Amino acid sequence: MTIDVLDRAANAELRGSSMGAPVLLHGVSKAFGDHHVLRGIDLAIEPGQFVAIVGRSGCGKSTLLRLIAGLDQPSAGRVAVDGRTDGWHDAVRLMFQESRLLPWQRVSANVAIGLAHARDRRDRRRQAASVLRRVGLAGRETSWPSVLSGGQKQRVALARALVSHPRLLAFDEPLGALDALTRIEMQELIETVWQEKGFTAIVVTHDVSEAVALADRILLLDGGKVAMDVAVDLPRPRRRGDPLAAAVEGRILDRLLRR
Amino acid sequence: MTGRILPWVVPGSILLLWQAAAQFGLLSNQVMPAPSVVAEAAWRLLRSGKLLVNVEISTWRALAGFAIGGGIGFALGMLNGLSSLSETLTDSTLQMVRNIPHLALIPLVILWFGIDEEAKLFLVALGVFFPIYVNTQHGVRSVDRHLLEMGRAYGMSEAALFLYVVLPGALPSIFVGLRYGLGIMWLTLIVAETISASSGIGYMAMNAREFMQVDVVVVSILIYAALGKVADSLARLLERSCLAWNPVYAKVSP
Repeated sequence: MTIDVLDRAANAELRGSSMGAPVLLHGVSKAFGDHHVLRGIDLAIEPGQFVAIVGRSGCGKSTLLRLIAGLDQPSAGRVAVDGRTDGWHDAVRLMFQESRLLPWQRVSANVAIGLAHARDRRDRRRQAASVLRRVGLAGRETSWPSVLSGGQKQRVALARALVSHPRLLAFDEPLGALDALTRIEMQELIETVWQEKGFTAIVVTHDVSEAVALADRILLLDGGKVAMDVAVDLPRPRRRGDPLAAAVEGRILDRLLRR
Repeated sequence: MTGRILPWVVPGSILLLWQAAAQFGLLSNQVMPAPSVVAEAAWRLLRSGKLLVNVEISTWRALAGFAIGGGIGFALGMLNGLSSLSETLTDSTLQMVRNIPHLALIPLVILWFGIDEEAKLFLVALGVFFPIYVNTQHGVRSVDRHLLEMGRAYGMSEAALFLYVVLPGALPSIFVGLRYGLGIMWLTLIVAETISASSGIGYMAMNAREFMQVDVVVVSILIYAALGKVADSLARLLERSCLAWNPVYAKVSP
């Protein structure tokens, strides 16, 4: 780690936010036995960029995300987050389709899981409370996860991911199980938090309109390769039903449905 | 209010009928002494100090045997749940031994240990071992893979994973084993003390039988029932406080 990076990290800590981490993929392939999921992907993601990965189910988009998050190793090629090919995981946080909260820990303790390395208990609790306030769950610190609604659980999961000020946040279909209205609320929350904190965001989704609503850049995976790389240059906050957004969405859907 | 009284109506009436039947000579005192006679016998035993001494000895045997068998069962269950090498090595052997009814070993155990304390402890420990072992292993096995993956992705150490994910995840199943084991603990002790002992509640019952003191025999049986109930209630209390997060337990009344 260079002095410059250390400096930036310290700055980020001061502002209570995080600098985005750049992501570089070079010739990344992943095979499970004879089944080749990803075939030689080259990809550069700018720090602080919001990238959506879309594709048919089974196209390898979750696999790609898991490689970037460091949960799996590529069969060939190199993944570098923040210029490092391993040991970046502390700066990367992951949100799953299910909230994956520990049912036997109260909300506050669940959020504090994101602070595994902070030793001081009072400090952990204080940080957890502050990030819970940010996601709109002030006062729910001592609730059990089982009494929360699906949307609230995902908010807690988001708080858990945010509490350590990650430089890269990876979302694996985080809103797939939510109802339509809660989904839109969560999208808006994720967007504003991303704008405040400046982390790099990568979201895997099967919902093209969600991708268009959130992302700067949409990658369409097909046949284990990036089949389409679309820059979404629309002003934020994006209104639903905007004709420009609809045009982008139409283009991607056409490619997906091979029309 | 009715909810409090209602469960006691049936046992209360049985007790009254029993007393009445004995009073009017329908039940011989040599077959089944009246509740009042049994209560009197219990009071007599309590005053002489015999009852407390025997209850103490039996409770000590039960708990010591439980601690040994349960401890080994818990440790092996954890080990075999976590390590497939350990499971491959030991599980099939344990499953074979499990199919031997542990009470069938009594003649062998008497040959090995005579009627000393070790015999009772060995039998109780052996009986308790299997339900705790099987349920602990099952509990560890059925911990949600997704939560383990989350823990790893969030940088938990192996020790933290065990403490915060595996152990609490396995706990509901471990409690099933605990309560089952407690039942087996008393059952084994009753049989062991009845067959070979020179102290304890089972001995008290067998000794009373020699002298046709049916009332003392009935007292002994009731004491066993009460001890079993106390152990089960304590386990449930522990269960409810440890599993307060689980909505299934949060709503169960004591």
